[in-house]
Amino acid sequence: MSRKRISFRTELPLLIWLVVVWGALWRDFSPGNLVFGAMVAVVVARVFYLPPVELSGRFNVLRAIPFAIVFLGKVVAASLNVMFLAIFRGPAVTNAVVAVPLRSHSDLMVTATGHVISLIPGSLVVEVDRSTSTLYIHGLNVRNDADLAKLRREVQDTEAGLIRIMGTRAEMEALQAEGWPATRGARS
Amino acid sequence: MTPDATGMDAVIDAVTAVLLIVGALMSLGAAIGLLRFPDLMSRMHAATKPQVLGLFLVLAAIGLQMRELWVWPVLLVAWIFQLLTVPVSAHMVGRAGYRTKHLHPELLSADELEAVVLRAAGEQASAGEEPAEEKDEEAGKQP
Amino acid sequence: MACNEGSPIVKDLVLIVTAVILSLAAAGAIYRIAVGPSLLDRVLASDVLLAILGAALAIDMAVNRHLNNLVLLVALSLIGFIGSVTVARFVADRRGQVNDS
Repeated sequence: MSRKRISFRTELPLLIWLVVVWGALWRDFSPGNLVFGAMVAVVVARVFYLPPVELSGRFNVLRAIPFAIVFLGKVVAASLNVMFLAIFRGPAVTNAVVAVPLRSHSDLMVTATGHVISLIPGSLVVEVDRSTSTLYIHGLNVRNDADLAKLRREVQDTEAGLIRIMGTRAEMEALQAEGWPATRGARS
Repeated sequence: MTPDATGMDAVIDAVTAVLLIVGALMSLGAAIGLLRFPDLMSRMHAATKPQVLGLFLVLAAIGLQMRELWVWPVLLVAWIFQLLTVPVSAHMVGRAGYRTKHLHPELLSADELEAVVLRAAGEQASAGEEPAEEKDEEAGKQP
Repeated sequence: MACNEGSPIVKDLVLIVTAVILSLAAAGAIYRIAVGPSLLDRVLASDVLLAILGAALAIDMAVNRHLNNLVLLVALSLIGFIGSVTVARFVADRRGQVNDS
């Protein structure tokens, strides 16, 4: 093949995900079905080639679980917040588009941050500048500079949390050099 | 069946009923947002967020009612699909909306993208080539 | 397992309440599709309408305890996703020629 070969290790998370989806769609997690699913997954990953997602190679489960719980709570808060604004503020709502520079330059990190940001209260990604890894975020109900600073802070907190879960060592060190406590940074 | 089990059943049924009704209310919240908000961008918030929570609640209700363990990974996969796709489609619609001037500047308290867009447009006019426009595509699409 | 069908009154009540709520929501979304000033508003509203249909399918599954609609549900969300992304791309490509639809 003329294309750059992807190592099996880089591809493994994708294959596992494909097998889980296969089992879920057949609603059958018996070993035979999963083995056949794995064969289909390898064929699909070989035939429908995509640029590999560069994982950092570390994943901190202990930090991922609290992050997931906080994330779920924020999803609930986001919906209630939007409903509240829709009913009581309605047409008079004020918004802003904010530029938030991110620390990390890896595509995975920027994408993950963008996804999480889109699901937590009052923010939505409008535009991504990949060369400087800046997210342009549309904030709902941002009336003044204090709200603006809060939104920016929230985005950077989210990125810090994601870096602690699955960032590279270099990103972790940059985070610590910035003075983030290694335990918990989220104040909100 | 022991009385204890029927007691559990009643509790589960009550929780399911609450989950289903709150889940349906989320859809109603999305519709109210669509009707009440003044511009496309705010409507986008209303269209995406309650949808995700509503599906979560309703899927949790299904999981409770089925009372079998293998259902949960299936439901989780269905929800994760939603989690991965909703921000992407919202981003695509929002980006198209910003570029086709669907924003109402009088509703914004700040717009930090405008200067960048103007600068990029100036560069495009002088250099005659696409600025960082197609590059950001992959970053938005990669799940 | 003994299939206890739950109390029928609660079941009917939940079905009626959710049906009314979802109908109101669908009416709102359809209204936005009808009047929505731009194409993107309509796309957004039809996405919400699809989500409401998905919610109805899921509520049917929860109340009647089956999983037959699950694949349909996943397909529905994928169709909504592909549809809105396609239209958004199309609108973005046409920028500069038409200001507003």
